[in-house]
Amino acid sequence: MKYLPLLWHSLFRRKVRTIFTLLAVLVAFTLYGFLAAIEAAFGMGVELAGNERLVLIHKVSIIQLLPESYLERIRATPGVTDVCHQTWFGGIYQDPKNFFMQTPVDPESLLRMFPEFKLRDDQKKAWIADQQGAIVGRATAEKYGWKVGDRIPIQATIWRKKDNSSNWEFNLDGIYDGAEQGTDVTQFFFHYKYFDESRLFGQGNVGWYTVRIADASKAAQIAQALDGQFANSPAETKTTTEKAFVQAFANQVGNIALIVRSIIGMAFFIILLVTANTMAESVRERTSEVAVLKTLGFTDGRVLALVLVESCLIAGVGGFLGLGLAGLMVPRIPTGNLLPNLFVPKASLGVGIALVLGLGFVAGIFPALRAMRLRIVDALRRV
Amino acid sequence: MWIFSGLFQTAVVTAVNLRTLTGRLAASAVAVVGMAGVVAVLTSVLSIAEGIKTTMGNTGSPDTAVVMRAGADAEMTSILMHEDVVTVKDAPEIARSSAVGSLASAELFAVVDLIKASTGTTANAPLRGVEPAAFKVRSFKMIKGRPFETGRNEVVVGRSAAAEYRGLDVGSQLKLGQNIWHIVGIFDAGGTVPDSELWCDAGVLAPLYRRGNSRQAVYVRLTSPGAFTAFKDRLTTDPRVKLKVMREQEYYAGQSETLSRTIVLIGGIIGVLMGIGALFVAIITMYSAVASRTREIATLRALGFRGGPVVISVLVESMMLALVGGALGAAVAYFGFNGYQAATMNWQNMSSIGFAFRVTPKLLVLGVGWALVLGLLGGLFPAIRAMRLPIVTALREL
Repeated sequence: MKYLPLLWHSLFRRKVRTIFTLLAVLVAFTLYGFLAAIEAAFGMGVELAGNERLVLIHKVSIIQLLPESYLERIRATPGVTDVCHQTWFGGIYQDPKNFFMQTPVDPESLLRMFPEFKLRDDQKKAWIADQQGAIVGRATAEKYGWKVGDRIPIQATIWRKKDNSSNWEFNLDGIYDGAEQGTDVTQFFFHYKYFDESRLFGQGNVGWYTVRIADASKAAQIAQALDGQFANSPAETKTTTEKAFVQAFANQVGNIALIVRSIIGMAFFIILLVTANTMAESVRERTSEVAVLKTLGFTDGRVLALVLVESCLIAGVGGFLGLGLAGLMVPRIPTGNLLPNLFVPKASLGVGIALVLGLGFVAGIFPALRAMRLRIVDALRRV
Repeated sequence: MWIFSGLFQTAVVTAVNLRTLTGRLAASAVAVVGMAGVVAVLTSVLSIAEGIKTTMGNTGSPDTAVVMRAGADAEMTSILMHEDVVTVKDAPEIARSSAVGSLASAELFAVVDLIKASTGTTANAPLRGVEPAAFKVRSFKMIKGRPFETGRNEVVVGRSAAAEYRGLDVGSQLKLGQNIWHIVGIFDAGGTVPDSELWCDAGVLAPLYRRGNSRQAVYVRLTSPGAFTAFKDRLTTDPRVKLKVMREQEYYAGQSETLSRTIVLIGGIIGVLMGIGALFVAIITMYSAVASRTREIATLRALGFRGGPVVISVLVESMMLALVGGALGAAVAYFGFNGYQAATMNWQNMSSIGFAFRVTPKLLVLGVGWALVLGLLGGLFPAIRAMRLPIVTALREL
């Protein structure tokens, strides 16, 4: 503590340089937070997807429909504990640009299958009882200002009703929240029964199944058993773990993660160079001062620590402010409809903090060692 | 008179500056690398958007149009009944040829799971069922093998798709569900959307996917680009059908809009943030450049050199560094990314679309220009400081 004034003075020996170094570090970590958020968004929650859930789709592609009758056969397969089906509705709310996914489901089996969708008990009861009811994620509800009790019109693009109209209306019975930071809170779910009874064509067909299994380590065998059951039928299936399914989807969007990582790497390399360079310079300038400190009885270790603390201080203040700024700013970036709401994942924040400390250490260690090894006689002899 | 002496002074001081630059190599290198990083990142991220826009934007020609059901925003969600198709094909604005009759192709659009060669994971490849007129409606060239024969389970593969997925060589078989398809050729659609697609006979595809005689879109070539309005009015006012008529170019440009806008937004934020970072780096570098030359500058001032030339010399130095860095970054982006083949998702059709990164001259100019702006700003404060240095204290400084 008693060294604080000393530290303060050495940091502000060149005020402008210190401030701009600090700002450069701040910007670097803001950038880091932003990139981590983008990476998470393009990863589509692959880290949240589990191996204890399987996705069963039509072998040709996910857009081919599967018979609803598969449900009981899937449920009866050994190792399967639960199953639910979903179907792509692809409707439009007011404007084609307002994209969010709408899915007809069986409410109870959906909520059992995806406990990460948190719905209040009274809303859950109301939804199950209401044939034309629907629930929506918090993000979408807030985006369009919907409240429980509202009537939501959706324009179908594929699924016309029996009266040949494309107008579907739903009662909003509940708004669900996500159990985790990355849970998808944009979706809109409504009763499959209402959907199936009202649609003009395609009765008895669903889009895909999600299957819960008791033992994740048996995922491959169970998937094989499931696909084997439907082999040589008109609708053959392909089953993968939810994780692999999401990963394949994310791969299709493009290898954004790699591009993002190289950008982070590049930005860091540059900032590291600058900070290290600035630190080295500031110590070089103070050669005679360091010598005086040593003459006054400062041990080598203490000098090393002083310089290291100085560089960690710059990295720490700049870095943590930068991460904080990213945390505040990133969720406010308008992403359009392609990406879900951005957020800085907690895991990336942890890595960010480690990087801040690493930066402080790496930038400081070389000048610190130099200062430590400095011989008083040599240093004082120089002008 | 003093204009000349001013110019002369500027030239002298700048020359001295640049000649002593080698002495400050390490610090200057940091600034150069910083600028190079900014420009490389900005240019390459924007080149992704440029690539997507080019692929989508070049698809179609002024005299081609696509007809879908009213309310559908993509082929994927469109369905046309047989009567709709007949009505469209009867329109007199459609060009005709003796070989295939009316130049209109009623098509089916399906998505099939294929394995991406790069990652080994599955991807949604578009499988399009077409009619013989399709080859006359779009720009299309077989580069390997032959076109498929009507009525047979044969497919031809776009050149991007052939590179993107496993097992699409001419002569190999493709098993989709229970159907076996023979790959008979690879075609080049000139860097447009069909390059990412697999084409087969619509008449073969329809029963296999239980589409009956319904189709999803009709692609037509009109007698002239000007005939579009008449064609559109005829079909949209016909009470028997509910149709949506778009120029093919508009249709695909619209599909790329969301995607390229998102990428431009991301690229812009990254570019600006990195730019601010690099600006601070430039400021630090130039401050220490000025600091290390404090005595030199003071001596010049004592000799009668005015403040203006000193300011300009610092600015020139900082912009030179920015220019070198910017050019370096642009070169990295150009040689590293131009033409890089990638694929992404076309959300409207839930299918994969191949494209190449395009580092255009416009982007290069943009990148280097941005570096120069940063260089100018970065040099400004240090330059003013150099000018304001009191000569006496400066000369005394170590």
